[in-house]
Amino acid sequence: MTTLTQAPETPAARETPARRRRRVDRLPYLLLLPCLAIIGVLLLWPLGQVVAMSFFRLDNVRQLRGDRDWPWVGLGNYAEILGDPFFRTVLRNTVLFAAANVALTMILGTLVGLLLNRLGKRMATFVASCVMLAWATPALTGTIVWKWLFDDTSGLVTWLFNALPDGLSNALFGRADWTGYGWFNSPLMFFSILTLVVVWHSFPFIAVSVLAGLKSVPSELHEAARVDGAGPWKVFWKITFPLLRPVFGILVVLSTIWDFKVFTQQFVLAGGTQDRPTFMLSIYSYAEAFSPPPKYGLGAAIAVILTLILLVVTGLYVRMVLKQEEDA
Amino acid sequence: MKRGAVVKRVALNGAGLLVALFAAFPVYWMIATSLKPNREIFSATPRPVPTAPTLEHYREILTGNLIPGVTFLDFFLNSVLVAVSTVVLSGLVALLAATAVARFRFKLRTSFLIMLLVVQMIPLEALVIPLFLMIQRLGLYNTLPSLVLTYLGFSLPFAVWMLRGFVAAVPKELEEAAAIDGASRAQTFRRVLFPLVAPGLVATSIFSFITAWNELIFALTFVNDQDRYTLPVAMTFFFGRDDTAWGPVMAASTLFTLPVIVFFLLVQRRMVSGLVAGAVKG
Repeated sequence: MTTLTQAPETPAARETPARRRRRVDRLPYLLLLPCLAIIGVLLLWPLGQVVAMSFFRLDNVRQLRGDRDWPWVGLGNYAEILGDPFFRTVLRNTVLFAAANVALTMILGTLVGLLLNRLGKRMATFVASCVMLAWATPALTGTIVWKWLFDDTSGLVTWLFNALPDGLSNALFGRADWTGYGWFNSPLMFFSILTLVVVWHSFPFIAVSVLAGLKSVPSELHEAARVDGAGPWKVFWKITFPLLRPVFGILVVLSTIWDFKVFTQQFVLAGGTQDRPTFMLSIYSYAEAFSPPPKYGLGAAIAVILTLILLVVTGLYVRMVLKQEEDA
Repeated sequence: MKRGAVVKRVALNGAGLLVALFAAFPVYWMIATSLKPNREIFSATPRPVPTAPTLEHYREILTGNLIPGVTFLDFFLNSVLVAVSTVVLSGLVALLAATAVARFRFKLRTSFLIMLLVVQMIPLEALVIPLFLMIQRLGLYNTLPSLVLTYLGFSLPFAVWMLRGFVAAVPKELEEAAAIDGASRAQTFRRVLFPLVAPGLVATSIFSFITAWNELIFALTFVNDQDRYTLPVAMTFFFGRDDTAWGPVMAASTLFTLPVIVFFLLVQRRMVSGLVAGAVKG
């Protein structure tokens, strides 16, 4: 409470400059201390720990509690993963899924953002509110609803396909009766539906961000281009896109990071961690570590690989942006 | 020319309606299904609107015992307990840190801000295994505090990032005036800054709440006893696997989703500006 007694005096006149600086300097660090401690202990330390764990053979929970030794295996876990042909399937699933989802989310989100900018005020508010609903819905329940829509007996999608004229359905898909059709049975179908769910969840953020960006662009630019005879395609690529490039850059990176580590939607759609052909890196890491028999070291190594890939993606992007700014 | 404009207007509005339908339909269908009697849910021709709305599915999940002695409400309370504890702790710590970066100029300020951005890029899914190790070592396995601790770490960086703006928006003159009137720093913080930042604190808290409320993987891994499950775990465990009981599943999903939607709509605008802040300004 020393500050209380000091306060009525005019501190600047009383204190030497050195004393004053020291007092001003220490407080912000004190305020930051709890935050730094939490981030350090709960985010940065585990990040180092996952790397450390990947060098050990850990297949018993007692090792984690510290009751048993940690046998050092060096790069053994990495050799085991990279030597397994299954890893190639997982990697291909992850990369293709992320690429498809980022592309589709960006395209749909941008189109919806542009659309919202062109609609009348009331219509725009209505559409934006509906779009918000998709964004606000938790990944868990959103996925459960999509699963219900694709239910093989009473799901709405099954009913819609049954409602197609039999001849058309036969010609297109080679079947007319869709009741009991296993929508999730082939990896391709599973990934298509998972893409639908993930894009549904993530396009609203892109749309709203693009819309926010568009509002910051002076509309005279667009009008001038249109008066000069530029079509919508040309206006977008010559004016809108260059102006919003930083926004698009951030959105692509965020989407890439999110889509590389999709977990909840896949876990719920697949009903757990049994569907190995549709594994992607995050669920693969989890299943190796926690499905019996547990292999924490191996799971940690996969988690490290996932983190490294994301690091490279982010790094490439940062370089790209820096280079663009140098050229400009 | 005029005809072309009308066609364009109709096409734009049509596209708008399609987007609205795609985005909102699953949410509508969830609520509609939860209100339909079973014969309507499983009928050969689905009805777009419940013709005989009923609350039987809600009654079933709220009164029925999912495991002996545990109902939906118990899981709901577990989730509330974890989320609220996370919110309180995260809000307190974030407020201190946000004050530091918004009110002071110090040597490591920029480094701290960059660090906040970078840690948000860490894939949390990669931290399940090391955090599981930490929870085991601390003896917190199979307890709800293990989840509070985890979610605190996850929500804090964004919470500080968001609150920083709110603290900076409070005019500094008010605090200076309080100081001249003889208030100590602690008093200024409590009586002047805190009330003015409170709305921002609410917005930030809602974000932390949603993070904790929705989380599945860590809750699935760190808690073993069924009566300690949070709602998301209980939903995947008891409902997600039984593919026939869509009525109760949709009722439970609705009860889980509605608080999130309400909270989300309250803070949505601030979340966008938080996530892409800096990108627009350049």
